[in-house]
Amino acid sequence: MNDFVNAFKFMGNNLDLLLNKTVEHLELSGAAIGVALAIALPIGLWLGHRHRGSFVAINAANVGRALPSLAIIAIGLGILGIGFINVMFALVVLAVPPILTNAYLGVDQVDRDTVSAAEGMGMRPSQVFTRVELPISLPLVFAGIRTSAVYVVATATLAAIAGGGGLGDIIVNQASYKLAGVIAAAIWVAVLALLVDAAFGLLQRAVTPRGLRRAAAMSGAPPPDEGAAAPLVAGRPVPGAEVN
Amino acid sequence: MIASIAHGLVAAQTVIPKFGHADDCVRQNRTFCWGWFSDHWDDVFQPALIDHIKLTLIAVVIGFAISIVCAIFAYERGWFERPFSVFAGVLYTIPSLALFQLLVPITGLTELTVEVALVSYTLLILFRNTLTGLREVPEDAREAARGMGLTAHQMLWRVEVPLAVPAIIAGVRVATVTVISLATVAAFVVDEGLGAPIFAALQSSFNTEFIAAGALAVLLALLADALLVGVQRVVTPWTRAGGTR
Repeated sequence: MNDFVNAFKFMGNNLDLLLNKTVEHLELSGAAIGVALAIALPIGLWLGHRHRGSFVAINAANVGRALPSLAIIAIGLGILGIGFINVMFALVVLAVPPILTNAYLGVDQVDRDTVSAAEGMGMRPSQVFTRVELPISLPLVFAGIRTSAVYVVATATLAAIAGGGGLGDIIVNQASYKLAGVIAAAIWVAVLALLVDAAFGLLQRAVTPRGLRRAAAMSGAPPPDEGAAAPLVAGRPVPGAEVN
Repeated sequence: MIASIAHGLVAAQTVIPKFGHADDCVRQNRTFCWGWFSDHWDDVFQPALIDHIKLTLIAVVIGFAISIVCAIFAYERGWFERPFSVFAGVLYTIPSLALFQLLVPITGLTELTVEVALVSYTLLILFRNTLTGLREVPEDAREAARGMGLTAHQMLWRVEVPLAVPAIIAGVRVATVTVISLATVAAFVVDEGLGAPIFAALQSSFNTEFIAAGALAVLLALLADALLVGVQRVVTPWTRAGGTR
């Protein structure tokens, strides 16, 4: 228990270091999530809109979940060497599948009657997409982004071994920071992951259209923003947090 | 401190003898040296792979036992669901490297530390899936069982649990690949599993070792995933028939 007391003392004495590393950590994670969003979101939404490529879109999550993060980083180290590119590559590879799958399923599973009604009202396909499919699918799309974000923040810790920087730098460098520093950074990054999860949970709730929230409350179905509390049955959308 | 010494030892053991009888490929550290890989399958990769499978099996079995008991308890007493979900959810969100390190002051640099961490990552998945599976048992099946005069205990074990099997196995599948992934990180604590060659390679920047160990971990995860899909099909033939689970 003394180790934990020392860890908190370390936090007090090295607040600047921890804050700098946290900023680094979030910058790296944010960049990776940004790239993953730019790749996965258009593809997932488009495939969902056209109801095509379900095999690829759904299995992306299953394969993605099976990819060991440290192994991806290691393979990257072997091919790309140490550095920012390798770390970004690994994080993006791991962040894409949940975003892609949830974006696909979110749009694909929009009630066909609703879409027909929108078409009957004379909406063009692009309007159907932006005014009907997209708003209805937002909670699920955000659940995927949330999963990815937590996953990336967690995996960015491991990225330290490949020169990624961030809080992992302290955790893997016991020689410099002693056990107290390692434990302090471990607590810090654990809290950071929980905060990111909570923040995205709130964001997810905020983007859920009011009509959907009301419908969920009335039917007694769990609200779509349950996140980590939703079941992880294979073939269903990926909910909540993932670990690295 | 101990961890860094341990890593030093690992490095000393692995790097020097391996570079001793090196061919051109190894000396120039090309991307992948097939010869080196096959030479060291017996003394590096096969033991690491076996350890990795062992670490995974122990964690999944223990996690399964805990989760099933807790899920059945929560199924019978609803109040238990919330606190256990929150507890398991928090464990699930903590980055693995951090959780391993946080356990070291308590349980030391031991296999126990590794297993405690690995088990804690299975709980949310297995608990959730089991509970959902039990709750999705069709009311008709329960009615029929009650009509046949089954007691609550009989109904649970002969009707509800068997009907929840597809959801439970789906959970086992996710839990297994998750543990395989996280067991690579266990090498920070004990020199076991496919993470061990990865950490050894970190000391020497030896590309072949990185790629071989990483690829083996990926293959193991994909293989386990495919295997459990097969198990799922064999154990629950009725889910294939018409989709009225």
